[in-house]
Amino acid sequence: MLRFAINRLIAMVLILWAVSFVAFAIIQLPPGDYLTTYVATLSANGDRVDPAAIDALRRQYGFGEPYIVQYWKWITGILLRGDFGQSFEWKAQVTDLIWGRLGNSILVEGLAVILTWLVALPIGIYSAVRKYSLGDYLATVGGFIGLAIPNFFFALILMYLSFVWFGANIGGLFSPEFENARWSLPRIWDFVSHAWAPILVLSLSGTAELIRILRANLLDELKKPYVTTARAKGLSEFRTIIKYPVRVALNPLVSTLGWLLPALVSSSVIVSVVLNLPTAGPMLLRSLTSQDMYLAGAIILLLGVLTVIGTLVSDLLLAWLDPRIRYGGK
Amino acid sequence: MALDTIAPLAEETRPTRVRESQLHLMWRRFRRHQLAFVSLWIVVAFYLVAVFAEFLAPTDPGAYSARYTYAPPQGIHFFVSDENGWHFQPHVNGYTTEIDRKAMRRTFVVDSEVVIPVRFFAPSEPYLLAGFIPMSIKFIGVENPRDPFYILGADRLGRDMLSRLIHGTRISLSVGLAGVTLSLFFGIIIGGFAGFYGGWFDGAVMRVVEFIRSMPTIPLWMGLAAAMPKDWSALQTYFAITIILSLIGWTELARVVRGRFLSLRTEDFVTAAQLDGASDWRIITRHMVPSFSSHIIAAATLAIPGMILAETALSFLGLGLQAPIVSWGTLLQEAQNIRTLATAPWLLAPGICVVVVILSLNFFGDGLRDAADPHGR
Repeated sequence: MLRFAINRLIAMVLILWAVSFVAFAIIQLPPGDYLTTYVATLSANGDRVDPAAIDALRRQYGFGEPYIVQYWKWITGILLRGDFGQSFEWKAQVTDLIWGRLGNSILVEGLAVILTWLVALPIGIYSAVRKYSLGDYLATVGGFIGLAIPNFFFALILMYLSFVWFGANIGGLFSPEFENARWSLPRIWDFVSHAWAPILVLSLSGTAELIRILRANLLDELKKPYVTTARAKGLSEFRTIIKYPVRVALNPLVSTLGWLLPALVSSSVIVSVVLNLPTAGPMLLRSLTSQDMYLAGAIILLLGVLTVIGTLVSDLLLAWLDPRIRYGGK
Repeated sequence: MALDTIAPLAEETRPTRVRESQLHLMWRRFRRHQLAFVSLWIVVAFYLVAVFAEFLAPTDPGAYSARYTYAPPQGIHFFVSDENGWHFQPHVNGYTTEIDRKAMRRTFVVDSEVVIPVRFFAPSEPYLLAGFIPMSIKFIGVENPRDPFYILGADRLGRDMLSRLIHGTRISLSVGLAGVTLSLFFGIIIGGFAGFYGGWFDGAVMRVVEFIRSMPTIPLWMGLAAAMPKDWSALQTYFAITIILSLIGWTELARVVRGRFLSLRTEDFVTAAQLDGASDWRIITRHMVPSFSSHIIAAATLAIPGMILAETALSFLGLGLQAPIVSWGTLLQEAQNIRTLATAPWLLAPGICVVVVILSLNFFGDGLRDAADPHGR
């Protein structure tokens, strides 16, 4: 187990390095550099540009130096000082801007994962055990439709329906009066009354996929002799199914985190834009359209890092659950 | 001499063999899949709409009319009743305007009293079908071009939603197709090399594929799309978006191709060909590719929905195709805020098209994959 964990950790460090490289490449992509844009904006606003300050910035980020040197300055800044650079649009340190947003992202995505499992588990078991029943057909059709609806379109429909039926405008995560308040019971309630929509939207496609996987796995397991043995020994049907085949079929559920997370992080970006959530998504979109590249790079980097860490956790959980994986690779 | 007499005899005694090609067998298996079969026709219908967009769209997608801002859908009716009873006359109804005093806004109400006759194969301004066939006839049109004709309603600038939807179909579906073609090209070359030769190259390719697949795609796409210069022409953006989409799309197809190569490499018929002294190239093109090409086609079909979804999402965010180009994504962008949605819910129509196309492509691809599996029932 320890050896497996160490192997995965080494792989993760390599992947994180690759993620940072990709994020930096995206920072570098737009023509011109950030300082030129910065100076242009300042001059356009009629501000006086202090050449000494610009020169200091130029040295700090290594503009004009080779790509690899700039990358080195950027990544050491992050690793050693936690300095992600400056956001020229917000005129603030990137670090001060993103943590709260990322926290909201993690909160919403985490809740969506939990809802996905909570819904997919019973439906998946039901549609495997009662194969070809009405409920199974409904789950299958619903699953296909769930996979085909683009997340942001589902969000738009929810927004429209809730406006027409309840006259309410869903969007955001908090009411204005709770925006900056401390966590308390009323604030949690306010959060729940706002967050149900994005969480529902985000968990839709994952749930559909998971039901399909769980059903297929469970159908394979149900045919195996050990299920018949358990039945022959007189276990009740419920216990037979829950105690044996479901436990085997659950493994993929843990490994789903690996593909669920990238998809979830992806769709949460666009759903957040539609529903106007204070998460990392809308900030990324804004920073990209205004070419605020250090902010954009930091968000892409951190979303990538989050995904990689989530995948690692699911790998380790899976290895802990399933000895075949722990020893299989070796 | 003797041979001549024997040969026809042998021909007769041999049991009649029914030879069916692989394609034929696949088609028969595919036909049994009813849902997939229906989906195939839906997909074909959508692509036909894309090809004949200019002919099918009643008006130019850019033609605007300030008089009919957010005019609701008229629907189309086929019969009118007068003193002689019912008779066939395709028509739409006109509008009457009402002033909403509370919201201080003009609203349109479809007035069933006003009958605007509609003609199939109506003459129109001359245009070029698919860019090179000169025509001056439309599938459907109003007799008097000055009458309002909004079967699916109008948008913010009084442009016809139906026409825009039809033209959007062309762009959105072709982006999917072009993206998959490009991905397939890279996927086959890279995956093929990795699968056939294995070794360090295979290892490296698989690590890269795993890495790309473990990244959240939308932020990556957004980053790449945002880097496109703003002054690029419509055609340039279109190709840039296709390339950006296939930068990630090739991974899945490369994985499938590699897997097929790996599993076939140890098959007896490949070993037999190798022992016969066939060259690598001959083994790949004559023995291996025919046995998995149908599977690859199925995988490519299943990759199209992802491309369409991605294009729609990017354009919706304003990072993909830009305004003068009409795609499902740019159309949905108009429906982004709740005020617009409340006034004009018909702007969501492109979303319904997306769902229908994605569903049918998925069913079609699933059926194709099952039919392509030689070990299937």
